[in-house]
Amino acid sequence: MHNANGGRSLGLPPILKLILARLGLSFLLLFGVSLMIFIGIEALPGDFASTYLGQNATPQAIANIRAQLGLEEPVWSRYLQWLGGAITLDFGTSWASGQEVSAQIARRLSNSLFLAGVAAVISVPLAISLGMLAVRYVDKFPDRLINVVSLAAISLPEFFVGYLLILFFSVQLGVAPFPATVYSGMGLWERLGMVALPVATLVLVVIAHMMRMTRAAILSIMSSAYMETAELKGIGAFRAILRHAAPNAVAPIVTVVALNLAYLVVGVVVVEVVFVYPGMGQYMVDAVTVRDLPVVQACGLIFAAVYIFLNMASDIVSILANPRLRHPR
Amino acid sequence: MNDYTKFLSREVSRGRMGRREFMGRSLAAGLGTAALPLFATASAAQEARSGGHLILGIDGGASTDSLDPAAATGSVMFVIIQTWGDTLVESHPEDGSPIPNLVTGWTPSQDATEWTFQIREGVRFHDGSEFTVDDAVETLRRHTEEASQSGALGLLRSITGIENRGGDLVITLDTGNADLPLILTDYHLIMQPNGGRDNPEAAIGTGPYIMDQFEAGVRATFTRNEDDWRDDRGHVNSAEIIVINDNTARIAALSSNRVHFISRVVPNTVSLLERSDNVEILTTPGKGYYSFLMHCDTAPFDNNDLRLALKYAIDREELLNQVLSGYGTIGNDFPVNEAYALFPEGIEQRRYDPELAADHYRRSGHEGPITLRTSGVAFSGAVDAAVLFQESAAAAGITIDVVREPEDGYWSNVWNVQPFTASYWGGRPTQDSRYSTNFLSSAEWNDTNFYRDDFDALLIQARAELDEQRRADIYRQMGMMVRDEGGAIIPVFNDFINASTTEMMGYVNDIGNDFSNGRMISRVWLNA
Repeated sequence: MHNANGGRSLGLPPILKLILARLGLSFLLLFGVSLMIFIGIEALPGDFASTYLGQNATPQAIANIRAQLGLEEPVWSRYLQWLGGAITLDFGTSWASGQEVSAQIARRLSNSLFLAGVAAVISVPLAISLGMLAVRYVDKFPDRLINVVSLAAISLPEFFVGYLLILFFSVQLGVAPFPATVYSGMGLWERLGMVALPVATLVLVVIAHMMRMTRAAILSIMSSAYMETAELKGIGAFRAILRHAAPNAVAPIVTVVALNLAYLVVGVVVVEVVFVYPGMGQYMVDAVTVRDLPVVQACGLIFAAVYIFLNMASDIVSILANPRLRHPR
Repeated sequence: MNDYTKFLSREVSRGRMGRREFMGRSLAAGLGTAALPLFATASAAQEARSGGHLILGIDGGASTDSLDPAAATGSVMFVIIQTWGDTLVESHPEDGSPIPNLVTGWTPSQDATEWTFQIREGVRFHDGSEFTVDDAVETLRRHTEEASQSGALGLLRSITGIENRGGDLVITLDTGNADLPLILTDYHLIMQPNGGRDNPEAAIGTGPYIMDQFEAGVRATFTRNEDDWRDDRGHVNSAEIIVINDNTARIAALSSNRVHFISRVVPNTVSLLERSDNVEILTTPGKGYYSFLMHCDTAPFDNNDLRLALKYAIDREELLNQVLSGYGTIGNDFPVNEAYALFPEGIEQRRYDPELAADHYRRSGHEGPITLRTSGVAFSGAVDAAVLFQESAAAAGITIDVVREPEDGYWSNVWNVQPFTASYWGGRPTQDSRYSTNFLSSAEWNDTNFYRDDFDALLIQARAELDEQRRADIYRQMGMMVRDEGGAIIPVFNDFINASTTEMMGYVNDIGNDFSNGRMISRVWLNA
């Protein structure tokens, strides 16, 4: 009651208020993450100058580099400078290469998003339709087959799946290109061909999770009374699943889809390394190795933002999909 | 034709063996001059072919790489900058002696403190401008300035003046150095227009290939420089480097014929790769070594008997076979091998001798375990090597505790800090630069804390000595000192192991460094 009154006094419908609260929380979270990234990186042992010069570091060269990068300034002032830049998407220049971080990230991020996008376009519809198919033939042969195959795929570590695909499709059969090194100036078709194997690997890795969640969510609804009514009305099994069960299972499905999409963007470092794919993950690993802090911070923040955004989107979809929240009494 | 003759012919036809070596080996094998006609047939196939697109899959690149030669680190940049650029002096692939490149010659002063280099005329940069003595002066100045971050700064520290004197490049040094031409072969010292001051990352040089595209840590592409001032290099029309840091991915790329060449084949996968008919293993003996370093001024390693005990307690042959699968040569506890000019021949090889080790250990009076720190980055297989050392030392009654340190921060927190650590060194152009880098008392990286005035005096004396025989004698004394009294256990010198498809030919095993001393793109050709 209290909530509803509050909403009315602001003149906002409660659902909008919920969504706004969720948005605000996301930004607060992102700010907190930025602070944690900065503090965490400050706390890392070893600094850029000595790591960058490696075994060849001399005190003179280290001092030169530290002075040039302004590392003598206090921590809080460097944090504020960085945060100010980050808000306007200016992440400064890379210490190691002297290049604009934003420009480099734009290229790497678009590569990552391309890979994740292609994998998502294939895996999400496939997982959901396989999930529905499994429900239709629950405990029968198709259901069992789908379960066994997808569980087997998720049980193998992704780098191993990758190596298997390389071994069969590139080395033995010679039908798929390897390494999947994409670069600017490549046509779309060429690019799609290049990412065939990494996409296949990612699809195999994420499909089981989404498929099983779809199956479980729809199955739990299948046992409810209105589904029995639908069946008694004489609606076909597939139509009942599609029209009556699936819409009510949207929330849990969207949640697991969002988690997997986030994984496709931020969790694919291993796949990028195995397939020599120039994405964000590899970029960040390179930067961590040499303590190239502006790059590490920018990557960390972008990864966090992607994760928070996708979770927020799934929450909002769940809110919208819930009739009790959509039509409050 | 027996197998050995076949092997010799194949080496010749791959362009890896000259007539002299062929004859020497045939005679040694008792084949006599009858083998001579074989050389003619085999070398007919050796004629370099022009054309084709060469693709290399190399490790050691990162998105943080910079095209500025001063900042070049890692094997990918090592190859890239020497493909578009030239140094003033090159080193001979077989004996390591200096060869004029962008200079035509040089003359040292009596005491080797002032060097005059004659600049080559008629050489043009890729942007069309002419290479002049001022470009050379500015390039060297940029690398030697106080605020320089150049990787060559350490080598150039003794330089006090660089100037254009009537069209010649004149370099003055604070102490005489007979090796100055070899120091100028360092790969950072690529000649750039105006020394690269306007744009150090422009990748404009005088080299055999012009760089088209570069994406740090991903890929680089090159087209042949049709106006190259040299006509003995640049066979393929275009080349491409793909950065592949994952060991398995490199092998897959070669197996699927996507690349012609891959770098750094892990020793225990060599035998698997060799099974393929169209794969060639390329091994080059190098000047780099793996080592265990003891700080000579820190207890218990301040006792020479303990140091000798540990030197006798390591099984070098086993380490070579287990850790390097045989791809290397045994070390003798001083940092120089046959790949260096003036190598002191005939010094007795130190071998695994548990009894002698136990004897020295007893005399040292030390008791209790000794802690050895190692890590995956110390050298490839350093953790296994430390465990092998532990076992062979146990047979001599010496207890070693192996501590595995994190790879991250190993070079800043462990190496050169802790008294007993695993480490490696890449090669240096000369014995002088080798000892000056990590054995001279005042060296920044004197990583065995070897403080010996008599050794330092010998090093300075050898440096200014222009008589080769006298110089070789001094280097022998220095080698013996480090071997018998120093703190470095040097069990092995490692080979560089690469692999190519049989299509790629003419790979020169340059003793200077890996990747045919960084010049492989302009030296190999494709036999399509």
